[in-house]
Amino acid sequence: MTQTVVNKIAVSEKYTSLFQVNRELLDEGSSPLLNRMRDVAIKRFEKVGVPGFKNEDYKYTNLERVFDKEYRPVFQYEKVDVDLNEVFRCDVPQLNTFTVLLINGWFYARNQQLSGLPDGVVAGSLAQLANERPELVQDYLNRQAGLSDDPLVALNTAFAKDGFFLYVPDHVVIEKPIQVINLMRSEDAVFATQRNLIIIGKNSQAKVIFCDHTLSACDFLVNNVTEVFVGRDAVVDVYTIQSQSNNANTVNSSFFKQAENSNLLTGTATLHGGLIRNNLKVSMDGEHAEAKVLGMSFTDKRQHVDNFTNIEHNKAHCLSNQLYKNVLDEDSVGAFTGRIHVARDAQKTNAFQRNNNVLLTDSAKMNTKPQLIIDADDVKCSHGATVGQIDEEALFYLRARGINEPDARLMLMNAFAHEVIQEIRVEPLRDRIDELVDKRLRGELARCHSCDRS
Amino acid sequence: MEEQDKILEEVTSGEYKFGFVSDFEMDTIPKGLNEDVIRIISEKKGEPDFMLQFRLDAFRKWQKMKMPDWAYLKMAPIDFQEIIYYAAPKTKPQYESLDEVDPELLETFNKLGIPLEEQKMLAGVAVDAVIDSVSVKTTFKETLAEKGIIFCSFSEAVKEHPDLVQKYLGMSVPVTDNFFAALNSAVFSDGSFCYIPKGVRCPMELSTYFRINAAGTGQFERTLIIADDDSYVSYLEGCTAPMRDENQLHAAVVEIIALERAEVKYSTVQNWYPGDKNGKGGVYNFVTKRGVCRGESSKISWTQVETGSAITWKYPSCILLGDNSVGEFNSVAVTNNHQQADTGTKMIHIGKNTKSTIVSKGISAGKSDNAYRGLVKVMPGATNARNFSQCDSLLLGSTCGAHTFPYIEVGNKTAVVEHEATTSKIGEDQIFYCNQRGISTEDAIGMIVNGYAKEVLNKLPMEFAVEAQKLLQISLEGSVG
Repeated sequence: MTQTVVNKIAVSEKYTSLFQVNRELLDEGSSPLLNRMRDVAIKRFEKVGVPGFKNEDYKYTNLERVFDKEYRPVFQYEKVDVDLNEVFRCDVPQLNTFTVLLINGWFYARNQQLSGLPDGVVAGSLAQLANERPELVQDYLNRQAGLSDDPLVALNTAFAKDGFFLYVPDHVVIEKPIQVINLMRSEDAVFATQRNLIIIGKNSQAKVIFCDHTLSACDFLVNNVTEVFVGRDAVVDVYTIQSQSNNANTVNSSFFKQAENSNLLTGTATLHGGLIRNNLKVSMDGEHAEAKVLGMSFTDKRQHVDNFTNIEHNKAHCLSNQLYKNVLDEDSVGAFTGRIHVARDAQKTNAFQRNNNVLLTDSAKMNTKPQLIIDADDVKCSHGATVGQIDEEALFYLRARGINEPDARLMLMNAFAHEVIQEIRVEPLRDRIDELVDKRLRGELARCHSCDRS
Repeated sequence: MEEQDKILEEVTSGEYKFGFVSDFEMDTIPKGLNEDVIRIISEKKGEPDFMLQFRLDAFRKWQKMKMPDWAYLKMAPIDFQEIIYYAAPKTKPQYESLDEVDPELLETFNKLGIPLEEQKMLAGVAVDAVIDSVSVKTTFKETLAEKGIIFCSFSEAVKEHPDLVQKYLGMSVPVTDNFFAALNSAVFSDGSFCYIPKGVRCPMELSTYFRINAAGTGQFERTLIIADDDSYVSYLEGCTAPMRDENQLHAAVVEIIALERAEVKYSTVQNWYPGDKNGKGGVYNFVTKRGVCRGESSKISWTQVETGSAITWKYPSCILLGDNSVGEFNSVAVTNNHQQADTGTKMIHIGKNTKSTIVSKGISAGKSDNAYRGLVKVMPGATNARNFSQCDSLLLGSTCGAHTFPYIEVGNKTAVVEHEATTSKIGEDQIFYCNQRGISTEDAIGMIVNGYAKEVLNKLPMEFAVEAQKLLQISLEGSVG
């Protein structure tokens, strides 16, 4: 392992001075709702700095090296010389969605109108809507992310100007999923900050699919924060599909806040990427809430995927279920940290977590760190973690039936991944991911279909 | 339900039964820590120069280290200058028979229930008793010497077997390993030393009994066990302390080295004073224990029953260096009232075909916190490494906490690592089942707790298993059982 020595303080100072120098530019055109948080946030970032491996939460993902590289920050919307609607078309068969494009962390100016959304639903650019409809934004923005002590979330708050915004009023059901496609496209190395805010009202339903893609192969550093508020009795699905180039470095922090009786399903499929860190926090702040948190990754070369989850059971009678699976090939490194925190008095909690990993080579490495922090007694909590290989007996069974070894292995790996995929509640998406995973495992797919045109 | 709560209340309010103070004259040095103190300790013990250098080196390194803060513990900062680093019974015993022993001391042992005399014959245990860091009595030395086994106090070993000490000291726990190991290396006063020669199977259980007696002291003992090729030894360790208002520091180091095909079984029943019901006083038990399986097919197994101490912070570990070596860790940790425990193990797989098993049972009651923290690491060269870990937590009452922090790092594709953890309370249906069959609720709780811990208790040597069961009852059951 070659690790260049990085001056930790210098790296962090680079970003604080970037903030100071561009202070006016950051405020320009932005809503005061965003601007008023910046100074506090940068101070919080300064306190900890860019996390290195000495930071317990980032023990297995050293970001200092990644942040040390030179990037051009995108503090303003940059015009795109081609029509992205034409260049990029997600061709998932039978998947009919409301599609929204974002480019380098900014809402694409020539996005097509979303027609057919139910009355009262507001979807669009966070920058624009924070200015035009502050009453929708102000009660929610940074209400969860602001509680986090993660320095990168604070860095996002300091730099954030735009992102995707969705507001669904009470008692509204959106049948069609909303697909948010985050594109990275540039000729030079770029540092992008994106801030998403999703508010789902009482008794409403919505499905959001985030697709992270890169359209060029230069170095990217993306620092995303997504806050999702799930109202009473609401049913919400949030899926993230990551398929990026090997030079992309992404930190994705998602926060979910659940009210009483709400039902949340969130899944992350990492098919391709350079360095990906997914932070996920679910706060179960109402009784009888249910959350299912899924994740899977397929890595090779020198890719690095780190999933960090934190499920906070703050109220009684909640149920959470986590399932994470990783397949690691070549020199890739995987990490999983899953924390279940049951607060005092959150009785009758059921919280389960499972993490299964398959290592295909000796140079691949998997680190897993499940955690249970339990302060109530009438609970059922468990976690299990395994690292191993494909079951030799199952392999033998298939081979005894005339299936050759590569095919048998492929079948078993598909089955391994399918346990996660089958939980997806959008059928065309489920089929699509099954197909993508199959291709990924065959090594045929470098990136998601239409994304390799650029 | 109310009745059950009441019983739990009774169960969890048992008092510490070993809290007497023995009144014998102590030889102490002024509190505080500096290079001179270390020189005094070394001089008082008449140590050769290499030991003094070892201590000074450790002290200089310790000064540069900071107290770690990553454990899931709430504690006030420790003032290391307020501790007395050396306290020895003044009449340093050089006894040939028990008649010469200070009666106070004998009384202490009787209270502790250690069968130091002829009962020993029956029990078949050789004891090295350590009071306030100084080894006062080693029994059965001659019988052991016939076999070539060296079992003596650490200071004796330094004088009589300096070559062995120099060769193996710090081999599994280097001076700079951690903050408390460095502190111990600088100031350790005594402890036990054990060497089992090639091909010898130790005919009896070896045992050390630790007791803190003087006020304001810290206990820093050091145990070094070397099992040469093809040897076997089973080693027991027990501890108690008087009741005091202040927190006393116990920072011991235990090193085990197992050479080719050697097997070492190390069992601990830890029952330091846990503090009173309001969390006042009690021992801080910050211990570094590590075994290295250096030889091929060697085996080290740790078994611990942790019922005492205000704060327990220790991770008995195995470094599986030799091919086919085996590491085991079995633990029952009970916390009550305001006790805190952050304990677990580390299994580092380096050699090929290495195996490790971890079984951890945590029981929390009262307002206590009980955490399991463990690391299983498989290095890229550790082909066919195998680990199985199981961590269960049992919660008695709604004000306690149970936490699990396992770390699994795997760098070899042929490794198979499994971990599972569960947290639960005693089910109302379980109690109902017992009640229905005429077993009172309090008996039922006692049965269930004992059954829960049985898997680990069974691993203890006979004499200890009985003691451990009693301790479980004292710590948890109170009126139960």
